[in-house]
Amino acid sequence: MAQYLHDTPILEVKNLKKYFGQRVSTGKTKHPQDETPDMASGDKPKILPEKQKRLFGAGGGAVKAVDGVSFTIKTGETFGLVGESGCGKTTIGRTLVGLYKPTEGSVIYKGVDLSKATGALRIRNRRQMQMIFQDPYASLNPRMTVGDIVGEPIDIHGLASNKNERQERIQQILDLVGLNPEHINRYPHEFSGGQRQRIGIARALAVEPELIVCDEPVSAVDVSIQAQIINMLERLQNELDLTYMIIAHDLSMIKYVSDRVAVMYLGKIVELVYSENLYANPQHPYTRALLSAVPIADPEVERKRQRIILEGDVPSPINPPSGCYFHTRCSSALPICREIEPEKTDLGDGQWVTCHNL
Amino acid sequence: MEPLLQVSELEVQFGTYAGIVKAVRGVDFKIFPGEVVAIVGESGCGKSVTAQTIMRLIPSPPGKITGGSVQFNGEEIFKKSERQMRKIRGNTIGMIFQDPMTFLNPVLNISTQVTENLRVHKGMSIHQARDRAVELFNLVGIPEPKLRLKQYPHQFSGGMRQRVMIAMAIGCDPKLLIADEPTTALDVTIQAQILELLKEIKERLDTAIILITHDLGVVAGLAERVLVMYAGQIIETGTIDEIFSTPAHPYTWGLLKSIPRLNMKKGQKLTPIWGQPPDLLSQLATCPFLPRCDYAMEICTREMPEPFGRNLVKCWLKHPQAPHVQYNREVS
Amino acid sequence: MKLSKELFSFLQSKEIQVDIVRPSTTYWQDAWRRLKQNPVAIASLILIVLIILVAIVGPLFSPYSYSAQNFDSTNQGPSAEHWFGTDGLGRDLFTRVLHGARISLSIGFVASLLTLGVGVLYGGIAGFAGGRVDNIMMRFVDIMYSIPFLLWVIMMMVYLKEILPENAGLISIYIALGLVFWLPMARIVRGQILSLKEQEFILAAHTIGASRWRILIRHLIPNCVGPIIVTATLAIPEAIFTEAFLSFIGLGVSAPKASWGMLASDALTSLKSYPHLLFFPAGAICITLLAFNFLGDGLRDSLDPKMRK
Repeated sequence: MAQYLHDTPILEVKNLKKYFGQRVSTGKTKHPQDETPDMASGDKPKILPEKQKRLFGAGGGAVKAVDGVSFTIKTGETFGLVGESGCGKTTIGRTLVGLYKPTEGSVIYKGVDLSKATGALRIRNRRQMQMIFQDPYASLNPRMTVGDIVGEPIDIHGLASNKNERQERIQQILDLVGLNPEHINRYPHEFSGGQRQRIGIARALAVEPELIVCDEPVSAVDVSIQAQIINMLERLQNELDLTYMIIAHDLSMIKYVSDRVAVMYLGKIVELVYSENLYANPQHPYTRALLSAVPIADPEVERKRQRIILEGDVPSPINPPSGCYFHTRCSSALPICREIEPEKTDLGDGQWVTCHNL
Repeated sequence: MEPLLQVSELEVQFGTYAGIVKAVRGVDFKIFPGEVVAIVGESGCGKSVTAQTIMRLIPSPPGKITGGSVQFNGEEIFKKSERQMRKIRGNTIGMIFQDPMTFLNPVLNISTQVTENLRVHKGMSIHQARDRAVELFNLVGIPEPKLRLKQYPHQFSGGMRQRVMIAMAIGCDPKLLIADEPTTALDVTIQAQILELLKEIKERLDTAIILITHDLGVVAGLAERVLVMYAGQIIETGTIDEIFSTPAHPYTWGLLKSIPRLNMKKGQKLTPIWGQPPDLLSQLATCPFLPRCDYAMEICTREMPEPFGRNLVKCWLKHPQAPHVQYNREVS
Repeated sequence: MKLSKELFSFLQSKEIQVDIVRPSTTYWQDAWRRLKQNPVAIASLILIVLIILVAIVGPLFSPYSYSAQNFDSTNQGPSAEHWFGTDGLGRDLFTRVLHGARISLSIGFVASLLTLGVGVLYGGIAGFAGGRVDNIMMRFVDIMYSIPFLLWVIMMMVYLKEILPENAGLISIYIALGLVFWLPMARIVRGQILSLKEQEFILAAHTIGASRWRILIRHLIPNCVGPIIVTATLAIPEAIFTEAFLSFIGLGVSAPKASWGMLASDALTSLKSYPHLLFFPAGAICITLLAFNFLGDGLRDSLDPKMRK
């Protein structure tokens, strides 16, 4: 997607963990949803370290939304993060922009550890990382006009010296995202879903960010509008030198927009690959299953396809399986997969994968 | 062959404060026994309303059926009493919804909900119904059916709930199954499971399926015939091969060119349909796609096109005098 | 059918550009539209406006003063001269009811305003801060709730009568009511804020760097105006009723001022002989309370249509 790639990282994520305390903290809560048999019998309850015990109350399990994730995003690239619901992809995005505090690990933006940055540096970093949200209906304050929604970041960061400048700036941004600048005094509900998503993008652009985390930017938008939004994001990237991290469950969309794709399962990245190799050369069994599950809008291809159908559901992140988290659903699991968590294996060409059975 | 379902000239509208929304504007189609027909369109195109109208599930008010007829098995649905309709719903026509949670009662156990239908429609005893429920659970791939039947909806995952709903829908051997966005709320790997299940059911029970979806990928994998809807009208029909390789309506072209496919070649670009989806408040004197169409002609601004040809393409481009435009999927 | 060839030429320019076609309606216009469809609420609204107008303007046109006694005509029934009759001291009851309206309504509105100010901020801060702060703040509310509210008000009134100067009856009622009436508001606002603060637009406000205060004031509270207004509206009749009760048991405003509750209380001694003395103030209380309650219900339906289901 990007015209050029710098090899300088804009963002480094090191061993990021984000656990959420469980509301129910009475004894060992068993998740009622489909637990696989070997998980219930084979896995001993994990003993939480002292610190976490304090965090979540002794006995209560933590939801391991993100469980040790490392990656770097290069300046100017589009980094895709794909996975099923509950795999922790949204949590990563929200942690990066500072909505959540990481339980462990660090987020390093342009060489500065965000958890240690304070004062002006912190504010600058916050400004330069923005987010686009999934739901164009829930992500805009219904009581504010479009002008105020886009103008708010300008006010907060003092990016305009007077009212006229503010007005001009807002109209300029609206124009940039393909909205009629005359609609500055309209309310969000007067717009269609696609237009509302553009307002959300305009708000993110108002603070002149460098990195934008797009959380499911098109999944709640009409099919015929999705391509408009995707193409616009692409145009904005080229015009404004933006770096994107795109989070989505739709593998075909992720593959289309991203330069590199990280596949997540149960709070961990299982494979990272350049998107042109994603379809041609997937290595992790989960990536393969995911690819094979995605329907392709081409009946000829569909007829010939051999599907890998994964059995069962994703295990609960409160009490994940031992060893490789995927072994309970993996068709090529080895005995070792139950016991030991696989290490990263570098496959060259910027691709790595965590799997014992390569 | 006699059609199982024949919908003709169907018109449905909703009264809102801003005016009357014409959700369905003259829809005609037939469904034959055992075939899988997909109704494709964006949200608000009237596809779900059409399905609900077939089951007479439109809330009224604000909904109102203003014209047309729906014949199921040769009998007029609109002439039936509410009591007769109840004998059809869940019996000869099964329905699967997008969100099983709104369909399942959270305070009743699954067994009660699955067997109720069987007892009412098939006159089974409690024991017969339970045996049948176990059989159905085996069929839809729910492990440990006896245990699962005793549980409550919240103890099931999204995919499992959808399986329960499918089990309930096929319990009385319906002739027609209406699946309204059956996989939209599910993850891809679960979606693949459910689609596989629907295929299996179709083959084993020879049930006709109306698949309502916005996802062309799902259509390509499951359907045999496709109806493309836009602004409350069917604008094109065809077999899946026709729709995907030789589509005729510019809207269908636009849809196909605007979705990313996994097997796209590198450098291949998406071509969006520009503009916004139509507002159904407005009266339509011309083709609803006109404001967004790249191939709009003078005549399009004057008259509504009639459905042309076997595939009922509602587009003036299909007129014998119109210039010939070839659809090419690969060009951006 | 042969059509002319020009009809099949492609359009050169795109004259037909669809933009927003939805009518521009603000939240308030929308709410007003829904309220208008509710005849009972509208009738109540008109009635309330009339009562307020009469309470403000009425006494100016009345030939009698509310305190002027006339022993020539005591305990008269309703007549052309004295519309509601006169009381045991010969005071014109109509004028006294009008003055009572001033006092009763002012108590209602002041209590409602205090509820607004204190309750919204308290609930807003508790809900937004969450965690321990929320826990402590809401437990305090629970404790306040656990004291029977009339007992609390009575205690406050007795205490305030001690420390405040004479003639401060009205002010002590304001304070006493204000101190308890914000409780339900705080709970409602907190509940609203708790559900709102996980919404994406709040997350968005965080990411653009909005301060917590700004998020509370500009994003959260404006989005709970519906329930806030409903609660504030319903607090008015409750305050009027409470004041009536307090006056009835002798803790209200002091003579010769008269609230509706006091008028009713005075009438009680001669109820058997002169029932009209009770009938008019009690009727005024009833009508006003009903009107405010109907309006509140109507507002609930129109400001927050979800609550109807």
